[in-house]
Amino acid sequence: MTIQEIQEQIVNEFSLFEDWMDKYNYLIEMGKEVPRIDERYKTNNHLISGCQSRVWLHAENRDGKIYFTADSDAVITKGLVNLLIRVFSGHSPEAILEADTDFIERIGLKEHLSPTRSNGLVSMVKQMKLYAQVYKLKQDN
Amino acid sequence: MNGLNISELNELRQQFPALHQSVYGKPLVYLDNAATTQKPQLVIDRITKYYSSENCNIHRGVHYLSQVATAAFEAVRANVAGFIHAAKSEEIIFTKGTTEAINLLAGSLAGFLIGMGDSVLVTGMEHHSNLVPWQQLCKRNHAKLLVAQLDDKGEVSLEQFGKLLEQKPKLVAITHISNALGTINPVKEMITMAHANDIPVLIDGAQSVAHMRVDVQDLDCDFFAFSGHKMYGPMGVGVLYGKEKWLEQMPPWQFGGEMVDQVSLQETTFNQLPFKFEAGTPNVAGVLGLGAAIDFLNQTGLEKIGKHEQQLLDLAIKKLQSVQGIRFIGNANNRAGVISFIVDGTHPTDIGILVDKMGVAVRTGHHCAQPVMTRFDVPGTVRASFALYNTAEEVEVFVSAVQKAVRMLL
Ligand SMILES: Cc1ncc(COP(=O)(O)O)c(C=O)c1O
Repeated sequence: MTIQEIQEQIVNEFSLFEDWMDKYNYLIEMGKEVPRIDERYKTNNHLISGCQSRVWLHAENRDGKIYFTADSDAVITKGLVNLLIRVFSGHSPEAILEADTDFIERIGLKEHLSPTRSNGLVSMVKQMKLYAQVYKLKQDN
Repeated sequence: MNGLNISELNELRQQFPALHQSVYGKPLVYLDNAATTQKPQLVIDRITKYYSSENCNIHRGVHYLSQVATAAFEAVRANVAGFIHAAKSEEIIFTKGTTEAINLLAGSLAGFLIGMGDSVLVTGMEHHSNLVPWQQLCKRNHAKLLVAQLDDKGEVSLEQFGKLLEQKPKLVAITHISNALGTINPVKEMITMAHANDIPVLIDGAQSVAHMRVDVQDLDCDFFAFSGHKMYGPMGVGVLYGKEKWLEQMPPWQFGGEMVDQVSLQETTFNQLPFKFEAGTPNVAGVLGLGAAIDFLNQTGLEKIGKHEQQLLDLAIKKLQSVQGIRFIGNANNRAGVISFIVDGTHPTDIGILVDKMGVAVRTGHHCAQPVMTRFDVPGTVRASFALYNTAEEVEVFVSAVQKAVRMLL
């Protein structure tokens, strides 16, 4: 599936939730099953700055595609990062760089997008795109 | 003295327009008052009135408006002096907040009192605003920062404090009330101990002035700093109180207009107190709003407010006990309306996000007191802090919201 298709799928899933509690319960569930980052990457180098809770993000390039793993000490944050991994992981740097993120607004998690320091979603997206940028540059060279 | 009765409380709440709104379709329960309080209508009106009909630069013009504005501004200085019972209006310096007040003091003392080989004594519960200025001053001037550590309850041991005083620090800088733990420090005793060693004391009063009667002469502190926005006044205005004997000797911190007397291209003589420390055009609207906030506090009565907030605190602590795995961070015997806690197996941010969805505004994180979080080995806490307009029903809503959040998370 393309990034766009995955995003549509997530929007459809979220449209089934009746209220905020269902939505957050789902995020919490997802937070409990993040593809765990290898312990050796849980270092300060992999910390995303700008989050109130700690979020570690690692990226790997295999066959021209980027794969993300992450962890956080807060479960909702973990759910959010997992959502992003589901969208972005396993795609080419170009596709990641081109993708927009309006699905977050469409699933009603807009409050996590405000560029304030306590909301890490913006920083996570930025960091994922930064990894894509780096791998793209490496490829081009 | 009793707290506020229901009708008084309702009447007071009516004066705060921001309280009467819904967030995510639920009535707002605002419990982030240690960060900033909401503003009563009379404060908002005062600011509007200034910009609508009195706006003018002060201390400079001979024209009518300038004189009106100057008189109003200086009347607030006297009002502030009365509010904290300073001996003289000249001892009141307007700043943009506690942070600037402390930086002013640190900046001035850096070239005057605290030099190489000297030390400054703080506690382990200081807000970054009363820690980093001293830490950085000490770094620059090759001085030493001494820290009175906290015990498990979040109190400073007076014995250790006394021992540190023997090292003859040049200044003691301590918070009156901890914004992260709620601890009320025995500042009067600490000031007496410091003075017995001829050491001046700064009290960070950011969390105290709106919750208890402060009398700087009774405390005998040498300096006292606070912010308007945490006492129902506007943002961008605060106060540094200093004893005249200190302020007279201290060099200015910032330079510019207002604070000078005679200026030639080579030399400048400085204005007298308090103007020596007020460089540039001040926040006139903010100061006038602060004056209105003080009137409001005086009318309501700080003793009543303190009592009311204490009742809310006791109720919240009692009710929160029912939350499984809750751990209070800060259990001082003498504490103000601030509750910090974590819940085993959850992260404070998760709780903050979920109770927010239920209309409850609390603070999560380190509360600008990272060393406190390190001391208690927590990533941060959930903090609820009360103001005069909070109600027992709001405490109930808050506690149920926490319970619900914890159920969702575990
Ligand atoms: C104890 C204490 N000191 C200082 C400050 C800083 O105040 P301001 O940000 O208004 O300068 C605060 C504000 O959170 C505080 O709680």
